[in-house]
Amino acid sequence: MSKIDSDSHGKNKQPGKKGFSRRSFLGGLGIGGGAVATLPTGLLVESQAAAAPAMGPGPIPVALRINGKVHNLNIEPRVTLLDALRNHLDMTGAKKVCDRATCGACTVIVAGRPVYSCSMLAVEAQGKDIQTIEGLAPSGKLHPVSAAFVENDAQQCGFCTPGFVMAVKAFVDRHPNPTMDQVKKGLGGNLCRCGTYIGVRQAALDAARQMKGGKNA
Amino acid sequence: MQAFEYSKPTTTKEALGMLGAQWGETDILAGGTDLLSLMKDYVHTPKRVVSLSGIKELKLIKSAADGLHIGAMVTIEELLENAQVRKEYASLVQAARGISSPQIRAMGTVGGDLCQRPRCWYFRKGFGLLPRDSRGRDLVPNGENRYHAILGNSGPAKFVSASSLAPALVALGAKVTIASASGNRTVDVEKFFMAPTDASTREVDLKPNEILTGIVVPVAGGAKQATYEVRQKEALDWPLATASVALKMSGSTVQSAKVVLGHVAPTPWNSAEAAQALAGKAINESTAKVAADAALARATPLSQNAYKVQLAKVAVKRALLAAAGKA
Repeated sequence: MSKIDSDSHGKNKQPGKKGFSRRSFLGGLGIGGGAVATLPTGLLVESQAAAAPAMGPGPIPVALRINGKVHNLNIEPRVTLLDALRNHLDMTGAKKVCDRATCGACTVIVAGRPVYSCSMLAVEAQGKDIQTIEGLAPSGKLHPVSAAFVENDAQQCGFCTPGFVMAVKAFVDRHPNPTMDQVKKGLGGNLCRCGTYIGVRQAALDAARQMKGGKNA
Repeated sequence: MQAFEYSKPTTTKEALGMLGAQWGETDILAGGTDLLSLMKDYVHTPKRVVSLSGIKELKLIKSAADGLHIGAMVTIEELLENAQVRKEYASLVQAARGISSPQIRAMGTVGGDLCQRPRCWYFRKGFGLLPRDSRGRDLVPNGENRYHAILGNSGPAKFVSASSLAPALVALGAKVTIASASGNRTVDVEKFFMAPTDASTREVDLKPNEILTGIVVPVAGGAKQATYEVRQKEALDWPLATASVALKMSGSTVQSAKVVLGHVAPTPWNSAEAAQALAGKAINESTAKVAADAALARATPLSQNAYKVQLAKVAVKRALLAAAGKA
């Protein structure tokens, strides 16, 4: 079985997927090691009658409420929220960089808190409100956080930016009047290798000022 | 990541029924910030993952006669938001704040902090907790050991305990509660951590079919406390050395002291030498320095980590001065 599981799910048919994407193309060709690992079931015997049901290791139904809309997926329990977003829902705003809960590029907001989507199983995010960068500008108008990033030139290559924007949004939602020191600590979970921290911090302060008097959900 | 069965029980009893009797068969999922990385690196390859996220009783913080009961699934952020924790356990709050990424604090749990596996890079690369080369020689003493233990490292275990909360919990005299199919038990946090002596044992006193359900932190009773972490950077990382202290005062002099170091030994390191040096003394620059020197007097640094001795002394000294309000 392939050790690279992240792209091994491309062949699953996704609801709401339109047109032709790189992923559906690769999936259609069977590239990416789509074989589903099969473990012998009943390998472990429940020691008590009180045991909860075990699901998987093959695909199981998982319903995710993302930006207010429910998406029904059929994915293995091992699929992370990040891989579910990127590989199964074509929401590629959250980026896969370290994939080890360190860099913050995959940050999304779950139940009002910023989380590393690389380190949360998709199945564990069921029943919770998930906000991604894709949902920040529903009417096409930039969210104040995104606008503040533009105003402050808070990105260079831009790869860390979606994660940073979500981290800033989660932060200003809870800190409407932040100090610079709070901003520094509040964004300590995201890395930018271009070194745009000065702009990002200023963007966070500006966005908080902009958003005062009501949350821009 | 290897494929696995997933279950999300709603009671601790159900969860216990899903656990295997051998390490490696099943893993318990709390916040996932450590376990998912371990699984991606094939350090852990469980056949089944048992999530505790559906068990409501593990998310509670309750006050009782014997102290504050904090459920294993309480997140670090929730711990920091709890009014009683903030009021009574300053050293625990300081330690929790040191877990310095909002994402980790939002996802990570109290139980997960205690049960996270060591950060030793030999372990993380699949060489085991007691890494050996093909001829059975210990890899650490002649290898890359700049972040390894400087105390308690005479045995085969030379990694450092990764828990941020443990030093504060040991100083506060906290216990962990552990559930198994045969009943519940409580263990002092200090005794929960163990330096393994052979490849079959782990760094904590937990069997594969047991669940750490929470901690009980005794009433602080006015003890002066503080945690000080020496860190390479303020953002997300584990500290290089930590000290957490709890002082029972009699007027301005120390009646009894607990000085517990973190990230310097395979377990949280409760220094009897430092406690002895402080008994009957007032806390000031010079007594704090004497205690710090005493705490590290038996340090045995490896080839690359002698610098940690000084960092640990600074941590002890600054934690003592902070606890005494002289920082």
